[in-house]
Amino acid sequence: MDHLLSAADLSRADAVRILDTAAELAATQGREIKKLPTLRGRTVVNLFFEDSTRTRISFETAAKRLSADVINFAAKGSSVSKGESLKDTALTLQAMGADAVVIRHHASGAPHLLASSGWLRAAVVNAGDGTHQHPTQALLDAFTLRRHLVGPQPLGQDLAGLRVAIVGDVLHSRVARSNVDLLHTLGARVTLVSPPTLLPVGVETWPCEVSYHLDEVLAQGLDAVMMLRVQRERMSSAGGGFFPSPLEYSRRYGLDARRLAALPSHAVVLHPGPMNRGLEISATAADSPRSVIVEQVANGVAVRMAVLYLLLAGGRREDVS
Amino acid sequence: MSDRHTPAGAREVLGADDISRALTRIAHEILEHNKGADGLVVLGIPTRGLPLAQRLAQRLAAVEPGFDPGTQLGTLDITMHRDDLHRAPVRPIGATHVPDDGIDDRTVVLVDDVLYSGRTIRAALDALSDVGRPRAVRLAVLVDRGHRELPIRADHVGKNLPTASSERVQVMLTETDGRDAVLISGEEA
Repeated sequence: MDHLLSAADLSRADAVRILDTAAELAATQGREIKKLPTLRGRTVVNLFFEDSTRTRISFETAAKRLSADVINFAAKGSSVSKGESLKDTALTLQAMGADAVVIRHHASGAPHLLASSGWLRAAVVNAGDGTHQHPTQALLDAFTLRRHLVGPQPLGQDLAGLRVAIVGDVLHSRVARSNVDLLHTLGARVTLVSPPTLLPVGVETWPCEVSYHLDEVLAQGLDAVMMLRVQRERMSSAGGGFFPSPLEYSRRYGLDARRLAALPSHAVVLHPGPMNRGLEISATAADSPRSVIVEQVANGVAVRMAVLYLLLAGGRREDVS
Repeated sequence: MSDRHTPAGAREVLGADDISRALTRIAHEILEHNKGADGLVVLGIPTRGLPLAQRLAQRLAAVEPGFDPGTQLGTLDITMHRDDLHRAPVRPIGATHVPDDGIDDRTVVLVDDVLYSGRTIRAALDALSDVGRPRAVRLAVLVDRGHRELPIRADHVGKNLPTASSERVQVMLTETDGRDAVLISGEEA
């Protein structure tokens, strides 16, 4: 593995290897001393063209727990806001000796461009590009699902046979795309639940089922339900008019106490955060014992540590005989 | 020597009985030095230190009923502390299981199959300091083949095996390789 650009690039073996590595690393994170010396002397650059405090601090924590040096490069207030191109930014990072670049960009495909352009030698990790992919989010979701639903010895296992519903604004969601790709690779059966206006063109070609009715899908018996963040602005005509009103969305697609009770007793509730309490998820559901939303944050650090370890710890291909 | 599992050009220097006797002796040495099983924690270093530590724990429990493998046996993975990670393709990380009571103020016995450069043990000592602060650390190995690159020595050795650095020492254990043996190969290569 030279880069992590898309969940669709991962084979089942790749994905299981990342999850197993994350499991061993998660075990070290319960210790008093959480820092490992593994990536000492390596430099990880967080290159964020879009604001994302959660993802950035998760990557920053992961890199620091492995003793890498972290440079945070936010587009706001930097040379990028003065009109510097992605190419010049990349050349600058190469000159500074970056070993890995974690990139968040509003344009789909920017990480791919960075990885394939030859501008820099660093490993590129996609931390979210446009409406395209967010592979580490899918990996941490898969890790969380495996931990709760595959037992008692999850190491080496995939998610075969699990039924997962992903509910909400699929159209604008790179989280949904990444999860459909990865969960399918790992053998889970995924159903997207969304109003027709919030489904992308071509969704029928994705390796999943699609439904417009949350209650029908819940009645089929799920192992997990993943709620997506819905932006309130999309509910008004100014924001694209995807749905008549937040209240109507919440009634038809929100996870409330009644729908929570309809889930089997072993099922878990996921959300990538940040949540809109009262819109896509009620406070009852968000704070229930079924909710693994806070655990997802901790698992995110372990999964990102695993990705950085697998990308950076070994010799680079051309250096290894 | 006619064993069909012995690869061509390899010489068997320890058989199953030799390994068994060496482990029994090491178990007695450990208990003698520690004056019993109190405060002992046995940690195996994956891959082959792990089954060796388990066998050692069985012998310790047989000699000293006070020794409880459930709370005094564990594993210590050293992958994240190695000094040669960047020289090889990325290695899988093994599991570390330390007894629930921890290792603080205990006597930890590290168990590995072969002591060679000493770099594995250096990494193990670093890994250990992340888990706790033992009262003392001791080292038990099945084979000491010499050629140290660091100032490290073993406290309990199954067999001192003088070798040339061009030779290869291979420890085989029933749990990982189907049978017990120590082989040397590549002599005068």
